[in-house]
Parts: sequence; C-alpha cells; structure tokens
Amino acid sequence: MSHSISDAKPTPGVAAPTRLASRRLPKWSPLAIAAGAIAIGVGIGAGAGLSSHIQWGLIALLLFVVGSYVITARVEGRRQAKDRVATSLIWSSFVLAVIPLYSLVQTTISKGVKVLDGTFLSHSMNNVLTIQPGGGVYHAIIGTLEQVAIATVIAAPIGILTAVYLVEYGRGTLAKWVTFFVDVMTGVPSIVAGLFILSLWFVVVGSAPASGFAGSLALAILMMPVVVRSTEEMLKLVPNELREASLALGVPKWRTITKVVIPTAVGGITTGVMLAISRIAGESAPIALLVFGSNLINTNPFHGPQSSLPYYIYQQWQNGNDPSYSRAWGAALVLIAFVMILNLVARGIARWKAPKR
Amino acid sequence: MTTIETPPAAAPPRKAATVTRPGDRVFANLSRGSGILLLVVMAAIAVFLTVRAVHAISKDHGNFLTTFEWTPSLNPPVFGIAVLAYGTVISSIIAMIIAVPIALGIALFITHYAPRRLGGPIAYVIDLLAAVPSIVYGLWGALFLVPHLRGLNLWLDDYLSWTLIFHKSDPNSAPRSLFTVGILLAIMILPIITNVSREVINQVPKMHQEAALALGATRWEVIRLSVLPFARSGIISASMLGLGRALGETMAVATVLSASPVLSAHILDPVGGTFSQNIVAKFGEADEFGRDALIASGLVLFVITLLVNGTARLIIARRKEYSGANA
Repeated sequence: MSHSISDAKPTPGVAAPTRLASRRLPKWSPLAIAAGAIAIGVGIGAGAGLSSHIQWGLIALLLFVVGSYVITARVEGRRQAKDRVATSLIWSSFVLAVIPLYSLVQTTISKGVKVLDGTFLSHSMNNVLTIQPGGGVYHAIIGTLEQVAIATVIAAPIGILTAVYLVEYGRGTLAKWVTFFVDVMTGVPSIVAGLFILSLWFVVVGSAPASGFAGSLALAILMMPVVVRSTEEMLKLVPNELREASLALGVPKWRTITKVVIPTAVGGITTGVMLAISRIAGESAPIALLVFGSNLINTNPFHGPQSSLPYYIYQQWQNGNDPSYSRAWGAALVLIAFVMILNLVARGIARWKAPKR
Repeated sequence: MTTIETPPAAAPPRKAATVTRPGDRVFANLSRGSGILLLVVMAAIAVFLTVRAVHAISKDHGNFLTTFEWTPSLNPPVFGIAVLAYGTVISSIIAMIIAVPIALGIALFITHYAPRRLGGPIAYVIDLLAAVPSIVYGLWGALFLVPHLRGLNLWLDDYLSWTLIFHKSDPNSAPRSLFTVGILLAIMILPIITNVSREVINQVPKMHQEAALALGATRWEVIRLSVLPFARSGIISASMLGLGRALGETMAVATVLSASPVLSAHILDPVGGTFSQNIVAKFGEADEFGRDALIASGLVLFVITLLVNGTARLIIARRKEYSGANA
C-alpha cells in the first residue's frame, strides 16, 4: 500500500495509512511463496511423472496465484489479496506474451544466419533445383526494392497532400468523410487490395497482370492511409503560432504551408513514410496475386513477373524440403533486418527532428 | 486551451484575407483533390470487386452462401463461402479470446506495473514487433509452432474432448487446425492491441487515479475503478482493430492451416479454411472465371472488415468528443 502511494508523485512520504496500518506481509513474502510454489510444482510434476516441463511451470504458477491469495487474504485481508492476484496475473500475461515473440525472433536469427552469406545475397534462384541447397535472394531483394519504391512514389505525395488538406483546409462534410474512410482504409486486408488491382486489370486491360508495377499499385493502396494518419498527427503538432506569425507577415497560405508548416514537421513526416514503407515491404498477398514471383532476375518492374522477399519466403515454404526451408529462414532474416533497420532509423529521425514545443 | 485562444487569433485575418492568390487556389485544390482521390479509391475497390463478383455469383450453380465446396472450375461451377466464413470467424474469435486479455495485461504492465525504467523500452520493443511481416509469423507458425503445439492438442483432446469443441477426430493428425491458426493470429495481433490500449490507458487523467489512491484503494482497485472505465471504449476499439487484422490475415493462415472444405465444430481437426487463405491457395490454378469467384469471396471479406473497422472507428470518434468535454 505505502508502495503504491509513493508511486504517485504529488504525495510522497504521506504517512496517513500508517495510522490505519493493519498487519502486513513482509516484503520478501512473494519471493518465498514463489519459491514454495516452484518447489511443490516440481515435486508434483516429478512425482506424477509429467513429461512436459511446461506443465510443471503451469502447476507452479497456479500454486503461486492460489497460495499468495490465500496467505494474503488471511494476513492482510481480501482486498490486498485481490490486488496481489491481479499483480501476478498481469506479470504472467507479460511473460506469456514474451515467450512466443522471443522465440520468433530467436528462431529466425539462429536459422537464418546459417544460410546468410555473400552468395545468398548476390545470387538468384536461376538454375537451382528446389531440393538443392544454394541459390539466393538477389532477385527478390531487387523486386522488393523496386515495388516498394514505386509504391512510395505514388502513395507518399497523395498521402501527405491529403493530410495537409485534413489539417489545414479540412472543414465540413468532405473532411469528415475523408477522415473516416482513411481510418477504414487502414483496415483493408492486403489480399483485398490485391484483388482490386486484379479486377481493375481485367476490366481496363482485359488480361491478368504479371508485373511488379501492378503489385506496387496494391502496395500503394495499403500505404496511403498509413502515411495520411502519421502525417496528420505530425502537422497537428506544429504550433499554431508559427502559422499565425507567417500569415500575419502577409505570406500566402500555400507558402506558409510549404515553407513553414511542412519544414517544421518534416522529421515526423519522414518517420511516418518510413514506417509505412516498412509495413508494405512485408506484404506478400498482393504480390502472390499480381506479380507471380520468378526465379530470375528481372529489373524491369513494368514487364514480366518479379519476385519479392516476402513472396520468396512463401514460395520456399511451399517447396516443402529442408534446403528450401533454410532459404526461407535466410530470406526471413533479411526481411526482418530490412524492416527493423527502417524502423530504427525512422524512430531515430523522429527523435532527432522532433518539433520543439 | 486552444478553443479559447483561437477565436481572437482567427477573427482579424478572416476580415483582411479576402484576397485569394492563384497559388493558394492551386494548392488548396491539389490537396482537396488527393483527399477526394482516396475516397474514389475506396469507392473503386467496392465497385470493381462488385462488378466481377456479380458476374461470378450469377453463374454459380450452388448457393453462394451455404455451399461448402469451392470448385468454380467444374461444369457447372459450384462454389460457396460457408466453410470460409465459418473458418474466418472461428479463428478470429479464438485469436480475440486469447489476445485481448493478454494484450490488456501487457498494456497495464507497461503503464502501471513495470519498473518505470523498463516500461519505455518494453513499449518500444512491442512497437517493433508490430512491424514483423506476417509471412515471417507464418513461417515460424508452420515450422516451429505447429510441432510444439502437438502436446497441447493431445492434452486438450484427452481431458476436454467431452466439450466436443476440443474433440480431435484423429489424435495423430498434425495440429494444422483452426485452433492453431487462432493461436498464431493471437500472437500476431498482440502488439497492435497492446499499443493502442497502452496509448488510451496513458490518457487516463492522473487526478482520477490519485484520487482513488488517496481514498485508500489498492493498485488493482485503482485500475478497476478509475483506469478501466475511462479506457473501456478505447480498449474495445483497439480490440476491434486487432480483429480486423485477424480477419484479413492471409499468409500466416495459408502456411499453417491444412485446408479442406469441411465445416467442423471440432476446432482441433485440421480442416476448414478462411477467405484469404482460400484466395491465395486457389489462385494459382484458377482460370479467369475461378478468379472472379475468388474476387466474390474477397468482396465478402472486404465488407466484413469494413464493418468491423468502421464500428471501431465510430467508437473511437465518439470517445474523442466525450473525453474532450471532460478534459
């Protein structure tokens, strides 16, 4: 109790509760209960011959929660006991979530590192049988970079301008609709974006697409709302005084926006765009429908099938043999590294260029 | 604050700034144009999908809503979304049941329980995890999670098969089931639900919490009485955003699920399918009509996610007004 009060800053060292103090468990009691629970858990597990250590852990966890409730309820009262149970549940939910996420990262790195070398990064899958080891992701990296670049060129300006509209001009019904549909658009599944471009191609061109460009269009649809959202947040952070000062000097509104507002927020906008890029770089569903994937190096995004890193992973997984699985892990590591570096750089820029209040 | 300040600041320029320069007009129209373009794209998605879907459904010799099989290449073509809709909904529900409480727990952990020096870095790492591509989750799910869930599957079958839900028809079959998909989806949507709820929980006024503490509330009572009521709508909409993700997830489902057109209440059996999984799996062998049929199923998915996300956003929007009045 006194602990939670000292957590809240304004009233440090207020001694009021001590007057009402009831019996309290010593500070080391949770540790003691935990140790006891683990000991009994291991005892039961070993005694009953349970093979899975996860079961031992779960029994110990259960014993800990029940044990601390019972003991606290007897010594400190029901309310404190509930508080302790809530605390242990929240701690265990955190631990429970960390395990799979840690395992994901750890597996990808440990399996990916085995195949990752210069050859893997600089060779395509041309003339490599799927059951052989060897080959690489060069063609997929090229495909990803080109498709993502085209998508960014399309989506970033539209997204930024839309955000400018919403923040600087947007009044009335149209702005409300745009805001709402930008939000809804964030949730459009990537596969639906792919299907849309597919049907667009059928209606307009009359045949199925098989080019990086078609994939880029689908990626652009996924990217636009993300850019709008983040740019909007950044533009809202720009202090109104800056706009008013500029307007008061007789500067036209559009010059105010392009010379004052956007430069002030440029760090945040860049961050938003980069985070959006990192999101679409991992999309494989539209690529599967529109770009088809290829084992060859194709540097022309406007003609012929291309590959991309996420789709390459999917293809290698489909091959269903160990050398392909290794390649899939390698490509997954490359992809995660790419996305994480983009993320870290983007957040770095955000911190470095953050608008000063 | 701002509402009080703006009227005097905005009033004088409004009188003077009747001059609009050509540059102003061009720029205003350009930015309004991009806004309109976004609306057009959304409308175009609906229209184009509908056009192709109607074409396909009109030639469907089964009932599009109740048929189990997906065989548009037959003559006459027979296909329906019953299994897909069921699988999509069931796997997402499983994901939500697992993910929402845990995500809420992590969010509370970061904001209220973790040592202050740890909270920031943990939130940062979870932010990063939200960026892990879904295909990587899929690969990990298929090659790591599936073999490791065998034990849990057998255990559930042994002790809970009387519930029928956890009954496994063939105990030896690989756990490539809707249940496993649900677990994987839960892991995938955990970061996004955590992040959004954490932001909402951070907005809970400090005064409310300190008032509760001053009345002698324990930490859990503070959360139950002052944090959760305030953050409830935000948490609901965060969950719905996660739900939207889970419904539309493609690659992670396609790699893990062993699909077949069987609608089964036994969620441990490796059968079933989801909309997006079916689209990716059937796309390669589909002819033009088959693709139209897949587009029809995509339209259904689009409408479902639209409804889910729209509702979530409306809840958030309503909360904004209400919290603005309070703050």
